[in-house]
Amino acid sequence: MNNIELIFPEIFISLSIMFLLILGVFKKNSSKIIHNISLLVLLITSVITFNETFSVNPTTLFNQSIVVDYLSSFMKIITLITAFVVLLISSNYLRAFKIFKIEYPILVLSSVLGMMIMISSNDLIVFYMGLELQSLGLYVLATFNRNQLKSTEAGLKYFVLSALSSGLLLYGCSLIYGFTGSTNFDFISTQFSTSEYALTFGIVFVLVGLAFKISAVPFHMWAPDVYEGSPTSVTLFFTIVPKIAALTVFIRFLYVPFLNLIDQWQIILIFMSIASMLFGAIAAIGQKNLKRLIAYSSISHIGYALAGLATGSNDGIQSSVMYMTIYIIMNLGFFSCLLMMKRNNIYYEQIDDLSGLSKNHPLLSLSLLIILFSLAGIPPLAGFFAKFYIFKSVIEQSMYFLAIVGLLSTVVAAFYYLRIIKIMYFDEEKDSYDKDHSLWLKFSLTISTILILTYFIFPGELINVVSKINII
Amino acid sequence: MNFPILSSLILLPFIGALFLFFTKSKSENKITAKYVALFTSLVNFFLSIYLWFLFDQTTSAFQFVEDRIWIEGLINYKVGVDGISILFIILTAFITPLCIVSVNNSATKRLNEFLIAILVMETFMIGVFCSLDLVVFYLFFEAGLIPMFLIIGIWGGTRRVYSAFKFFLFTLLGSVLMLVAIISIYWITGTTDVVKLYELGIDTKYQNLLWLAFFSSFAVKTPMWPVHTWLPDAHVEAPTAGSVLLAAILLKMAGYGFIRFSLGLFPSASEVFTPLIYTLSVIAIIFTSLIALMQEDMKKLIAYSSVAHMGFVTLGIFTNQQQGIEGSIIQMISHGLVSAALFLCVGVVYDRMHSRLITTYGGIVTIIPKYAILFMIFTLAALGLPGTSGFVGEFLILMAAFKDNFLVAVLASLGVIIGAAYMLWLYKRVIFGKLINSDLKKMIDLNKSEAFMLICLAIPTLYFGFYPEPLINTIEVSISDLIDTYNFSVASKE
Repeated sequence: MNNIELIFPEIFISLSIMFLLILGVFKKNSSKIIHNISLLVLLITSVITFNETFSVNPTTLFNQSIVVDYLSSFMKIITLITAFVVLLISSNYLRAFKIFKIEYPILVLSSVLGMMIMISSNDLIVFYMGLELQSLGLYVLATFNRNQLKSTEAGLKYFVLSALSSGLLLYGCSLIYGFTGSTNFDFISTQFSTSEYALTFGIVFVLVGLAFKISAVPFHMWAPDVYEGSPTSVTLFFTIVPKIAALTVFIRFLYVPFLNLIDQWQIILIFMSIASMLFGAIAAIGQKNLKRLIAYSSISHIGYALAGLATGSNDGIQSSVMYMTIYIIMNLGFFSCLLMMKRNNIYYEQIDDLSGLSKNHPLLSLSLLIILFSLAGIPPLAGFFAKFYIFKSVIEQSMYFLAIVGLLSTVVAAFYYLRIIKIMYFDEEKDSYDKDHSLWLKFSLTISTILILTYFIFPGELINVVSKINII
Repeated sequence: MNFPILSSLILLPFIGALFLFFTKSKSENKITAKYVALFTSLVNFFLSIYLWFLFDQTTSAFQFVEDRIWIEGLINYKVGVDGISILFIILTAFITPLCIVSVNNSATKRLNEFLIAILVMETFMIGVFCSLDLVVFYLFFEAGLIPMFLIIGIWGGTRRVYSAFKFFLFTLLGSVLMLVAIISIYWITGTTDVVKLYELGIDTKYQNLLWLAFFSSFAVKTPMWPVHTWLPDAHVEAPTAGSVLLAAILLKMAGYGFIRFSLGLFPSASEVFTPLIYTLSVIAIIFTSLIALMQEDMKKLIAYSSVAHMGFVTLGIFTNQQQGIEGSIIQMISHGLVSAALFLCVGVVYDRMHSRLITTYGGIVTIIPKYAILFMIFTLAALGLPGTSGFVGEFLILMAAFKDNFLVAVLASLGVIIGAAYMLWLYKRVIFGKLINSDLKKMIDLNKSEAFMLICLAIPTLYFGFYPEPLINTIEVSISDLIDTYNFSVASKE
């Protein structure tokens, strides 16, 4: 076995999961220890990933079914770090709902493992295995607060719809296999003639499955309900982590085997992108629940990331990755604020609960203000640069229509972000919230706010990191 | 030369704001915060005067240029001034301390945050006038929305939420197309550096669309008829200091943008669209003047008069003649001083009577005579009486307009007459007449700081009215150079 060290991260995380499971069975009241060990595992895995794979040349393993390159390493590290932060800041929330159990971190770890496999996959079957592994973890996580009707409903809904989309995806895979005789991405790219229109059906079915996973319009219907129903810490996980993996698969699936068929899939991506941007922006206007609102907002943000992918250029891929990175930071900040809206162990999640927040919690509301303006894409905050890179690469390909629709939908989106700011700053105050938050929660909020606020001073750093991604 | 004077101008207010932000929890003493803010903005003002002193009037090249790599191979942080921009920087630095003085210590809730917002606003406004890179310009141009939204929304009047939203969304909607245009320019020419773009020029086949994209942004910000509707709302609901900033400086960003970008970058498109600008300007001048005549709210009247005055400015800019553009810049500076003063005047009586309705007042000339005198000066300056700075600008603009298009000039002159009508009628109804409302008798005359602010504004208004040479000398070379390039590229196209 050559190059076995390249999948050390995956091996390590699998062994840890097994160990933690056994530990959980044999040791009573071990939820706290397991939570901490899981955090450690995530951290160690990201260090291993960084050390072993970050600077290697693109290499394929296991009969070319796993690929390790800069894109996969970068995305894996982001996934691991985000999962780490998510787990870190959610412990108090879990305790408050009495769902601080051993299964929670283990499920998170196993779905992270699934994502890592997805990110590295270079083969339809490996990709599908990773996808199912992460989805199974997520189904259970969504219903984790099983005493609540909404949480159970969310889990069930997610499970049924996700199974349907997986079915479509598999059907697409089988079509591709039927027309090319292989499931391997590299092999497929050499095996088809571009006139093979039936192949397009295969691509479309796979795209449908993937679009479901990142909740792009018109396959977004599950997102608002699931986001609202799941426990907030899981919602946070949902809005960020699976999307990183799915976006990577999107990139690899479209650009490695099917770049020559760009005429076929580009128009689909443009449609999904425009529909997501517009729908996300318009549907969010009427929302009253912050988690529902962020669901629509994430639909709209995915639209921008897809716009970058639709360009068919390396610049576009890089801008999408950059967009996702900045989006993750903004969302972590937003959810940190959401997790701070707690009074006597009850968490509040309606927009009206923010009313007059600026009087009682000036710093919290200032952070939220900065995060919201950044989500709306107002300069000089990080969110503006994220959109700027996207539109830069979109306009490079002369896709003016996409750029103009995208920018107009930012104006619509600005309305609902402003509405939250209005409620925070212009309305009368209510009772104040608890101020004794865990150190980590404060830490994550502060860090994300500072990153968003000062991004414009060092915009080059992220570009340097991302610009090494080279797929085409 | 090595001292980065422009960056200091940009950053200094921001540092002051940071200082206020980090010290607020300790000092409950509100006055200290105000002095800190005032001190910062005054230092900035003297720095800007020093800049004017160092400024070389004989060249049209950009001076005090700082060029730093910001995003490798994409954007440079590039700032610099020429004759066109320097006056706006000084205006900004001059108005901001007055705004801070005008803040009412006792009546303003969250004074500290208010001062922070004003200082941050100053940073962004100076940034707009300094920047020599399109992306940097856009950044500052848009960033100004955030503090202004908060100023209107938190410290505004009863309909503040509606106005703040309208202000924000209108201007954002206008600006996003400009962003598309900026990125397109980057891909067409390979740079967003304004100086390089002046040299390279932009292919004429792209110019019309790009011009329209920039126009959509500037027209909203100017504001031009028919997208001016956000302005009266924003003005009426904003607190006095907010209205002053809005009228005196924010509106000038667009006028400045027209000169710097529309004329400078897209000459042949400007030539094509001049009739459009003329039409919209004339409509703005006459139509909004007529609307102003019928207003019952003083702030709204002045807001509409601002639209009319900005109509003159756009008219002057697109005559594309020496006098026209000079007149426009002087008109903008003068309007900056005069509208600021008028809003302060309204603020003065509003603080005492808590009413902006004209009918509340009347016959107060004997009760508050000092106020009546100063208000008189600014009323006359607003209607463009010879001897005030308002006259110089309007006169030059009309002169250029007569050369270019007789009909437009005649119609615009009609606007001057209506302008005189609404301003004098406002003055008559507020100051003269019978004293009916007996509450007015309790009004006290200007206190020291109010008198100080208004006199500070009156001096330059009168001085530049009698002797506009310093202004004209500063801008002359840059403008004639701009016009030469413009005519050259228009002629070479034909």
